[in-house]
Amino acid sequence: MSVKNNPNKCLYCGACVGVCPTQAITLKDTRIEINKEKCVSCGACVKICPVGAMKLE
Amino acid sequence: MFDAEKKIWEVIIVGAGPAGLAAATEMAKAKTSVLVLDRKQEIGCPKRCAEGLGNGWFKRLKLKPKKEWAVQEIKGAQLYSPNGKSVKMKKKKVLGYVLERKMFEKDLAINAVKLGAKILMKHQVVNATRENGLVKLEVEVNDSKKYFQTKMIIACDGIDSKVARMLGLNTKNNLKDTDAGYQYEMTGITGYDENLLHLYFGTDVAPRGYIWIFPKRNKTANVGIGIGAYEEKTAKYYLDKWIANQEGLKNGSIIEVNAGGIPVGGFLDKMTADNLLVAGDAGHMVDPIHGGGIGIAMEGGKLAAKHALTAIKKKDYSDKQLNAYTKDWFSSRGKELMRRLKGRHLLEQLSNDDFNYLAESITMDEALKIGNGTLTAKDKVVLGTKKLIKRPGLLKIMMKYFNDKTE
Repeated sequence: MSVKNNPNKCLYCGACVGVCPTQAITLKDTRIEINKEKCVSCGACVKICPVGAMKLE
Repeated sequence: MFDAEKKIWEVIIVGAGPAGLAAATEMAKAKTSVLVLDRKQEIGCPKRCAEGLGNGWFKRLKLKPKKEWAVQEIKGAQLYSPNGKSVKMKKKKVLGYVLERKMFEKDLAINAVKLGAKILMKHQVVNATRENGLVKLEVEVNDSKKYFQTKMIIACDGIDSKVARMLGLNTKNNLKDTDAGYQYEMTGITGYDENLLHLYFGTDVAPRGYIWIFPKRNKTANVGIGIGAYEEKTAKYYLDKWIANQEGLKNGSIIEVNAGGIPVGGFLDKMTADNLLVAGDAGHMVDPIHGGGIGIAMEGGKLAAKHALTAIKKKDYSDKQLNAYTKDWFSSRGKELMRRLKGRHLLEQLSNDDFNYLAESITMDEALKIGNGTLTAKDKVVLGTKKLIKRPGLLKIMMKYFNDKTE
């Protein structure tokens, strides 16, 4: 299981990056990159996302 | 291949927001070589902000409001309880402005460059390492990589700050201390006084937070929400639900959609490491009650720059030297922060009935003093014996708050 970003919903605000405990998420200018090896599926990014663009699957 | 720019910058600032640009301005004023890198394609955009800035900050920061970016004069505020009752404060004089941040930040950037700073956009720092007493930055630019060297980094890269974490300082936000923010800039809307900030409270309206209307002139405003991050539903859900029931708003046009995480749990305990200082959202420099951060970020950036300049003078970029910045910051802002954090904890405990009761019984002056933690002994007696006595539950919460001497 890892977290997935929905680019259609995402507003690139970086809130998910700020709460990620393992630095698995990087915000680039117009996209979110997720390092699946670092992701521990804690769901913090899913909870903070203001628009529901992060999903555990 | 390591093909670094030969130049060794005195300071590289990561992030061209209010904190980074304020720091860059100070460094450039002191004729120090300073480079600002930002991952975005445009300064000030997309905003993650409601754009309010009070007069107190204009004074502290020696800023003069300009027509091109201080777009709406604010003369007070109106707080609404869940049942629609409100407490209002409106003065004759201007108390602050709502900004057009895009213009504001570009103005700051232009000024910093005029003074000698260099700014590069769409430069994404992907790695930072210490080497021979310097920091080496690996930066992605389009399809290639560039390398920069510097004596010190000032990390002003927002809630998504990574450069400090790359250098071993943990700037991570805990979920319980972070709010989820969502906002529309709307136009063609009515039903509110354009000279006031409007704040709407209630556990169904905005759990552990509030909804705001920050007017931006001409039937245009930032309409946004901040809620606790651990809420089941999203910030967007609560804001959409609320707007759908607002006569003056529901048929308005949306001209911007904004989002952001807000670090409301208080400043980072430690804002430095070897060759590193942190300011702005990256250092959690945000007001715990209203979540605002433009002014405080700029003050943080200025102070970080001051300490970076001292370090340059002493040729000492160690954590031991730089840590005076953290101490300096807490001695000027620490007490106020503790008071405001207490105010936040109080607010989080209030029920809809409490909000309704307070809206009917207290004045704006009392509300502000509760928030600031500056109630006098006499204020407390008046509140306790005359106003809150009819609601023992609320009185109990307030008494605990009044008597809590955590300072």
